Amino acid sequence: MLILNCPYCGVDADETELAPGGEAHIKRFGPGSSDDDFEEYLFMRENPKGVHFERWRHANGCGKWFHAARCTVTLEVFGTYPAQTFEPPAELSAAISAKRPGWTWRTFS
Amino acid sequence: MKRYSAFAIAREAFRQHSGWDRAWANPEPKKKYDVIIVGAGGHGLATAYYLGRNFGITNVAILEKGWLGGGNTGRNTTIIRSNYLQDPSAALYEKARSLYETLSQDLNYNVMFSPRGVIMLAQTHHEVRGYQRTAHANALQGVKTEWIGPQRVKELCPIMNIDGPRYPVLGGLWQSRGGTARHDAVAWGYARACSDMGMHVIQQCEVTGVRRDGDKLVGVDTNKGAIDCDKMGIVVAGHSGHLAEMAGFRLPLESVALQALVSEPIKPCMDVVVMANTVHGYLSQSDKGEMVIGGGTDGFNNYTQRGSFHHVEETVRALIETFPMLSRLKMLRQWGGIVDVTGDRSPILSKTPVDGVFINCGWGTGGFKAIPGSGWAMAELMAKGESPLTDEFSMHRFREGQFIDESVAAGVAH
Repeated sequence: MLILNCPYCGVDADETELAPGGEAHIKRFGPGSSDDDFEEYLFMRENPKGVHFERWRHANGCGKWFHAARCTVTLEVFGTYPAQTFEPPAELSAAISAKRPGWTWRTFS
Repeated sequence: MKRYSAFAIAREAFRQHSGWDRAWANPEPKKKYDVIIVGAGGHGLATAYYLGRNFGITNVAILEKGWLGGGNTGRNTTIIRSNYLQDPSAALYEKARSLYETLSQDLNYNVMFSPRGVIMLAQTHHEVRGYQRTAHANALQGVKTEWIGPQRVKELCPIMNIDGPRYPVLGGLWQSRGGTARHDAVAWGYARACSDMGMHVIQQCEVTGVRRDGDKLVGVDTNKGAIDCDKMGIVVAGHSGHLAEMAGFRLPLESVALQALVSEPIKPCMDVVVMANTVHGYLSQSDKGEMVIGGGTDGFNNYTQRGSFHHVEETVRALIETFPMLSRLKMLRQWGGIVDVTGDRSPILSKTPVDGVFINCGWGTGGFKAIPGSGWAMAELMAKGESPLTDEFSMHRFREGQFIDESVAAGVAH
């Protein structure tokens, strides 16, 4: 079972206390965007075998949305951070690079 | 290949079973093949088999990273049905189901297809309306299903409690020719038939790269060396995104773990398959007597073939209201497999941006039932460049908004 630390209320929450919200840092496209942009926004996912950034909601707790960085192969949690950001904090990215050199993600922001 | 038969068993009985051949050969890879199929699971092997049987293409290698049928083919709950709502799905799954009917004879390998019937339980009024609609759609598609009332459900499956306080059984969608098959035997039977046609089933051969000349496929790199090929089919379920990345394109997929469990074996008590989608569990009894129970997927992307305890608890907790006798059973084993899920919960059988590379993926939580039809259609697509069964399942349908929306319609555990 995953245990994630909620960056808002500080609680170490079990997976059953949280609601998964899918991939994080997805750039949203609105009316007038191209079909390619909409496909990218709605359907294309990184789905990496390795470092994954994702959204969670502390549903049975403080109710806040936050982001987590996790390995999809080992389930190791690298860290959590507030959702009001376009990219993971620099220190978290550095910590991930130390553990998983060469990890990739599409362009942030 | 020596044929399996009652006579062969009798013959071997008289000579200490010394005359059986290996079911399939274990060759080293050649330098070049006409077609390489990546992934020796059910779908990959079936694709190779129908390439040979229907199109005479036998210079084929099937590369498998692990062992034959060790992925989702060996990890599912073996349910076979074709009661889908949308026409393209019904055509593909019904093709598969109808091929299962004679698969043992076609392959000369007993896949133990057991058309014992599948009930999809309606336990909310929403489901009643949904399944009645599906029954009407199936009638138009030529798929034999019917809507049945609660008493008929009880007759078909006496161990069920239809008067549960929270989720009473209000009826069900009954497909009398749905059922189960022996999942390993499906992979083994196809592998034996492929090997017999001269194809190479190469296990422990991991594809590490895809070589291209511009937009044209040249070959693959593997841990057993480089192999050239004219065409390649990627049929690797949960790891499709990984292979697509090597080939240089992206897929609208997410990989999650789906898990199942079996109880200790008990005497025969249930001779149908029951899917209870509101409470999120599905159930059948294996020939060994184990109750085979399928549950839901993890809510987050992962590649661990494990599953998680709280999903087991959720599944079992929900099922015991409808099947009270299950509460006394001990769990024997639990396992997980990595399923690749698309945005509309329908598979992708498609050409790709790379010339010569074809993809068959996205079967999500329900691939086993489709194995023969998927292989049939994929073989046609790879041999002829098009297939009426795969037309609607292009990977480009997401860009064009041409979804085959089964996410709710199929009512399965997504």
